[in-house]
Amino acid sequence: MSEAITREEVAKVARLARLRLSGDELDMFTEQLGQILEHARDMNALDLADVAPTAHPFGLTNVVREDVVEESLDRDTVLAMAPDARDQRFAVPRIQGEAP
Amino acid sequence: MKSAVDIAADVRSGASSAREELERTLGVIEARNAELNVFLHVDVDGARRAAQAIDERVARGEDVGALAGVPIAIKDNMCQVGIPTTCSSKILKGWRPPYDATVITKIVAAGAVPVGKTNLDEFAMGSSTENSAFGPTRNPLDPTRVPGGSSGGSAAAVAAEMTAISLGSDTGGSIRQPAALCGLVGVKPTYGLVSRYGLVAFASSLDQIGPFSKTVKDSAVLLEVIAGHDPRDSTSLPEPSPSLVAHVNDGVAGKRIGLVRELFEGADENVVTCVRAAADALRDAGADVVELSIPELALTLSAYYLIAPAEASSNLARFDGVRYGLRVKADDVTSMMEATRTAGFGAEVKRRIMLGTYALSAGYYDAYYGQALKVRTLTIEAFARAYAQVDLLLGATTPSVAFKFGDKTDDPMAMYLNDVFTIPTNLAGDPALSVPFGTADEGLPVGVQLLGPGRSEAQLFAAARVLEIADGRS
Repeated sequence: MSEAITREEVAKVARLARLRLSGDELDMFTEQLGQILEHARDMNALDLADVAPTAHPFGLTNVVREDVVEESLDRDTVLAMAPDARDQRFAVPRIQGEAP
Repeated sequence: MKSAVDIAADVRSGASSAREELERTLGVIEARNAELNVFLHVDVDGARRAAQAIDERVARGEDVGALAGVPIAIKDNMCQVGIPTTCSSKILKGWRPPYDATVITKIVAAGAVPVGKTNLDEFAMGSSTENSAFGPTRNPLDPTRVPGGSSGGSAAAVAAEMTAISLGSDTGGSIRQPAALCGLVGVKPTYGLVSRYGLVAFASSLDQIGPFSKTVKDSAVLLEVIAGHDPRDSTSLPEPSPSLVAHVNDGVAGKRIGLVRELFEGADENVVTCVRAAADALRDAGADVVELSIPELALTLSAYYLIAPAEASSNLARFDGVRYGLRVKADDVTSMMEATRTAGFGAEVKRRIMLGTYALSAGYYDAYYGQALKVRTLTIEAFARAYAQVDLLLGATTPSVAFKFGDKTDDPMAMYLNDVFTIPTNLAGDPALSVPFGTADEGLPVGVQLLGPGRSEAQLFAAARVLEIADGRS
């Protein structure tokens, strides 16, 4: 059994990722993620201290356009896609408790 | 069936009509879609209106473009105004985009007729199309087998002769692998050559849209149409679309081509036989084929399966039940997001979100994601050294021919190993294509892979055309 990742770590990662996992799913993901991470350990055997990381194949830097107003998507069209919208805004369930 | 090039020529000359070509396509879809599960949505009315408009423009003497009246299938992770776009996920079921992806705008401007959206592994994560929330797609060449993935629906649409061409997306092999398993040409262009605007993001530093077709020339035509700079994609290369079709018959005389051991060793014997036969065919056409080794490629699978999930975990954070798609109601916002994501995502998507979140989390970032980004650098440098010696590289596309349903669904690592030959070029950002060459046992097609340095698509098409002729597919 791999020690690459524990059941507790899997549960913590699920909370971070906003996923609820059943007990069976926790067991399955612990085993499967462990196998995948075990495979990834062949990279850890390498000495890469002097190698620079690459996040983008051609090293493009940020592209910015002129700061002028352009036509964008219509607000009503966009809000019509939302599960809930009120007062020209996206509506969500309560995010804070009652004021004291 | 007729190639896209021939359909467009017939529509422009009046020998056929866009409406006639569309009705043929709709007839095949009607006859076979229930069995094969290729299309998730067919836009019959919209396609008929578009075809009629093409025919009216032809009648007025207008030039309607390189894809005049050609029906085309679109992978269901590309946005088209008003057409359901699901990514084969329950979390986007019923969502209709308010804008067109740039590739849609371009193919329509070239006269193509989009007929509908094709099945894929959920959010393009998979190699068999078995991860779709709407059921698997069957391989038209043998319906007991997978078509490959993740662009399995777009591959099957062409293999079943529903359409002559289709669009897929390739993050780690999702165009080339199904092309190989369905006996088609499939192209992963240079990163940045085709705009990703309107492509639902999986792993943004790797994703590229590309063509499927039966003939090399059809893929060249389609890629030439969709390529070119787009100010709406910040990773889009600054150049205009390259000239590709004009170079399809350039041949390979005098070219140096490297047969890469790491790109076929470990494949099934019948696959290796076809790769070696392809090397001989290129040699017969005047290329200097040398066998070489790029040991760094052995590390790329591990790097990919950290980088792609890491980017996916970030990209898929947007599916939270707030702005579009599914919402499962709950009393507070965190519970609502958890309930929505838990109900909306399938197992493979959850697995990759989990893996990516872990690889990016405090305490593990350097050991996994950071190390993977360094391996990416080694991969780019290793390819660059190879391309200093040779013009193009040759290998297998897949380790095996199309496999049976359920063969690999219980073992994620076994499924991931399907991508071992296609992943390296995504990490490097370079182009590669799969072209059918020979057949294995039971008559199933084998794809061989041609790889080149950035922006070498014209050379890749010329080499693929040599193999197409040598394989007797004219």
